[in-house]
Amino acid sequence: MQGYIYPNEFELQWGLLIVLYPYLTGLVAGAFILASLERVFNVQEVQPTYRLALLTALAFLLVAPLPLLAHLGHPERSYEIFMTPNRKSAMAMFGFVYAWYLAVVLLLEVWFEYRKDIVQWAQAARGARRWLYQALTLGSTDLSERSLRFDDNAGRWITVIGIPSAFLLHGYVGFIFGSVKANPWWSSVLMPVVFLFSAIVSGIALVLILYMVTNLFRSRPLDMRCLDKLASFLFYAMIIDVSLEMLDFVHRLYESEESIGILSQMIQSRLFISLIVLQLVIGTLVPMVLLGMFSPALRRGGLGRGSDELRRLVYLLAAVLVEIGIFSIRWNVVVGGQLFSKSLRGLTVYKMELLGVEGLAMTIGLLALPLLILWVLVKVLPPWADVPSTTESWQERRSS
Amino acid sequence: MRDEDRSRSLPLLDRRQFVQAAVAACGTAAPLLVAVIRLPAATAQEASGAAGYDPTDHYYGMGIDIERCIGCGRCVAACKAENDVPLDASHFNTWVERYVIDNDGEVTVDSPNGGMDGFPPPASEGGMRRTFFVPKLCNHCANPPCVQVCPVGATFSTRDGVVLVDEQYCIGCRYCIQACPYGARWFHPTKHVAAKCTLCYHRLVRGLVPACVEVCPTGARIFGEVEQRATPLARFMRMNDVQVLKPHLNTKPKVYYANLDGEVR
Repeated sequence: MQGYIYPNEFELQWGLLIVLYPYLTGLVAGAFILASLERVFNVQEVQPTYRLALLTALAFLLVAPLPLLAHLGHPERSYEIFMTPNRKSAMAMFGFVYAWYLAVVLLLEVWFEYRKDIVQWAQAARGARRWLYQALTLGSTDLSERSLRFDDNAGRWITVIGIPSAFLLHGYVGFIFGSVKANPWWSSVLMPVVFLFSAIVSGIALVLILYMVTNLFRSRPLDMRCLDKLASFLFYAMIIDVSLEMLDFVHRLYESEESIGILSQMIQSRLFISLIVLQLVIGTLVPMVLLGMFSPALRRGGLGRGSDELRRLVYLLAAVLVEIGIFSIRWNVVVGGQLFSKSLRGLTVYKMELLGVEGLAMTIGLLALPLLILWVLVKVLPPWADVPSTTESWQERRSS
Repeated sequence: MRDEDRSRSLPLLDRRQFVQAAVAACGTAAPLLVAVIRLPAATAQEASGAAGYDPTDHYYGMGIDIERCIGCGRCVAACKAENDVPLDASHFNTWVERYVIDNDGEVTVDSPNGGMDGFPPPASEGGMRRTFFVPKLCNHCANPPCVQVCPVGATFSTRDGVVLVDEQYCIGCRYCIQACPYGARWFHPTKHVAAKCTLCYHRLVRGLVPACVEVCPTGARIFGEVEQRATPLARFMRMNDVQVLKPHLNTKPKVYYANLDGEVR
């Protein structure tokens, strides 16, 4: 502690779990928006990641409310947020935004996307797998030309609805913070927009990592056109994201309101590692330089003219650094917003728990859980283009 | 250990027992009194308990005269005892801040243990320009951000102008604590719900004043009706230039300070 803080501010209220929540929803929104590139904007190069991105979004969305639930003082009363929502509260909308996104957007889109395959898998598989796929068809086994066209149209329309929904899902999380007028570090009209673009950045980077890692394990060749395109989009999204963050930063400095003194002090001391080093240098500048050099974002063939092998390594490295950077952004927003006193006269510290409900171990577990869910989803609904979907090829594969 | 000793030795407990005994005695004697001096029925009911209490008759606020506060911290101790607030140094419904402004204009603020044990002599190396105490508590805002953000409506404004938390209903998300610009809310370590100053609502409905007001030896805290004319608070607000904390946030606080220094946030 340094300077004066109100006595009730000794305890930080929102810790690691609340850092995790916007991080997870950001990945969901970002992965979905990447998927929509192929579907709505016809960016054919990223097609190999389309289904993977959808399943990733679904896996992370299933886990996203868990850190919130674990953080509540009375999780057994959480259903009240659906039963008696306070319509004036930004947070009360959480349940509805979440349910809309899960049920109307993601589950429906995944189902329409996979329906044809599910029906074929149900015909080809035996035993329990057959039962599972038959259940997943929801009784809709018509594979006529007309019904397949309907699937396709439905999928496209859901994506069209899904893009604003993804914006809503994550922009809304930004609003929860941005609308707290008591907190000068949070209170900013740019907050939802900054959240949104950092979400897109983190989602693209995550799908890029997952696409590379999964293909490595399956020993399948990587589609370099797809990777180059992902890297370029990552670069463009980062440019917008950084510009917005800089705008916010310059605006604060220029307006120089009464909170500017304590906030500068906080950045120079408490947040130096997580904001200057991790978020700005390692999480933003380094990957942007790498991507700018080697991806075809600025010049076809890249400025650095690296080989495929080198580009793959650079992309993977950049994407991992981006993920670290975006996690740092969430940390700096959530924890940073509580490190200074609302008396604007002092700074406090955050003591992280190691074990315990809100500790580091729990956070790592909640970060690993979506990957586990994704693994199961991928087993049930293989997103790979090279997986056989017809009866004959399935049997061939079984016998081989 | 010391805290326990302290709470046991608090004179307030004795006073509380006394008040309880007095209320009990009044309760028994009330019918007799009514019969003898023919008090209006409503007054008798109000004195004898919550039964006859009508919240629409009231709109509460508090006045604080900075000049009168001597930083003894009795209000803090009384509040903790009256409202079952944990005795540690990080949970307070009310606390007292000390401002020391030296000759260079440098401001030092402290509130050791919320001011509950009084204050050590100030370190005044640069010489003192002025110094004063500022009691703080929930401002019971007319436009309360904490009530706005509560996702389930567990925290609410009463009709008589008090902001309360329903601890049977609060889910413990702590958004209200983040939304309060005054640091007036805290998270109850064992009940796992948001907690705050209630203006001693349980006392108000019995016609008593909040514990902090009752014990203040200098009358620095003036409790009462905001909207009625012939009340101590109304008089206080007529006789003084009053200010509220952080008015730019438009929370419309109902704790009014007289002689407030511009340094206070």
